[in-house]
Amino acid sequence: MSEFLAVIAGFVLLTVVVGLWRILRGPDDVDRTLATQLLGTGGIAVLLLVAAGTGAGGAEDLALGLALLAAFASVAFVTGLDASDGDGPGAP
Amino acid sequence: MSLLADIVTVVAVCAGALFFLAGTVGLLRLPDSLSRLHALTKADNLGLGLIVLGLLPQAGSVLAALKLVAVWGLVQLSGVTVAQVVAAALRRRDGPRP
Amino acid sequence: MSLIDILDIALALVVLAVAGWTIAARDSFAAAVGYVAYGLMLSLVWLRLSAPDVALTEAAIGSGVTGVLLMTAAVRLRRTSQSGADASLRTATRIAAALLCLVVTGALAAVILAPVDIVASLAPAAAGHLASTGLGNPVTAVLMAYRAFDTMLEKGVLIMAVIAVWSLADDRAWGGRAGPLSRGPADGALGLLTRLLPPIGIVVGIHIAWAGADQPGGAFQGGALLAAMALLVVMTGLVKAPAVASRWLRIVIVAGPATFILAGSLGFAIAAGFLAWPAGWAKPLILVVEAFMVLSIAATLPLLVIGPPQRPPAGRDTP
Repeated sequence: MSEFLAVIAGFVLLTVVVGLWRILRGPDDVDRTLATQLLGTGGIAVLLLVAAGTGAGGAEDLALGLALLAAFASVAFVTGLDASDGDGPGAP
Repeated sequence: MSLLADIVTVVAVCAGALFFLAGTVGLLRLPDSLSRLHALTKADNLGLGLIVLGLLPQAGSVLAALKLVAVWGLVQLSGVTVAQVVAAALRRRDGPRP
Repeated sequence: MSLIDILDIALALVVLAVAGWTIAARDSFAAAVGYVAYGLMLSLVWLRLSAPDVALTEAAIGSGVTGVLLMTAAVRLRRTSQSGADASLRTATRIAAALLCLVVTGALAAVILAPVDIVASLAPAAAGHLASTGLGNPVTAVLMAYRAFDTMLEKGVLIMAVIAVWSLADDRAWGGRAGPLSRGPADGALGLLTRLLPPIGIVVGIHIAWAGADQPGGAFQGGALLAAMALLVVMTGLVKAPAVASRWLRIVIVAGPATFILAGSLGFAIAAGFLAWPAGWAKPLILVVEAFMVLSIAATLPLLVIGPPQRPPAGRDTP
């Protein structure tokens, strides 16, 4: 079972890393923010899978912390935009 | 019983991984930000949800299982809000879609 | 090589690739997002290295609070300066900077690659005396008992950082509040999230700080989660940033280090000297110090992100 979970963890890690391409390319800051959101969720999934596969301690609390912070970057991005006198997201 | 639990794990975790794949493909291939947002929320909700569901039979204790469910609930809450907020920001910029 | 080894190698390569890309990115916002991604990946690496305490810190501080600090800074900078700052650099300056980087990197590489005598690990000694501290988590024992003096000075650094940020304030704004970080109190979905999340976050943060005595966790990790929750309600405009002149704010900021110094001085009376605590006293004293440190960390980190006061205090005329 632990081998199987490791394979799936590797697979999810791979898909998330491929998604990083969006951070690289943009074209828009919104797209970059979306990519971090996917990365956050995928990171939590990889963390839970690896922890279940290897029996690493403390993983649940770490996952709880990450889940609390999941929306943090995106919220900072959107409120930061709103505060900047109405220029739209990703204004060059 | 243990075999049944393992089958549940394998099926649910595989399904969850597929949703992550779908989310990534959507994020990379769909043409505009709103569509990408749509693809992303599937990975947030169903991808992590199915993986958590699959890991529940493997959880060592009731407390650990509850923490897993709480993680999913929190990510769900965040994902939904981010989708709303980002979509609203896009709408303010681009105006309502035709 | 087992599958988990392959996964570890892949993870390490990804961290290096994201780090390289973050440095190479031309757009500062993209670099900040890259840094958040890097922090997330790095916390997975720490977990694989069986260091969940560090993983928690990296997730909360590295990826969470610092990430938001950098992202807001990037958005603000973009507003103020349209021209790239690098265009104004002279060639000589660039060459000097490159040389300096090479020297620092070379020195670091020399230190790391130099052959050293393997120092005997202190881990057995640290684990052996764990019982006398009354703690179950060796990391907390090192931070709060064996190396308590270092930890105390670290908290002093945090206060210095707040003073440095505040010193950037305009004279007229001194004593006032930091500028609005959003357009107004968030409503709709965001308003719901900022009302639902902090209560849960406070419970989890206190749990992680409390559990730190015996399991992975601790004052810094718990405090950082609380700080993230405080930052969330300030960022979305539900709560106004505190005025820097407010007395309670200053008391909260110094409460942790002050309690640390007081508890340390108690060592003169009950034991051999500063920060020396007899066996029966160690755990309760550490718990008291940690409780106040959680409070101070939770107040200090958001203050660093929201920046210097920008609005004059109420009741004073704006010229």
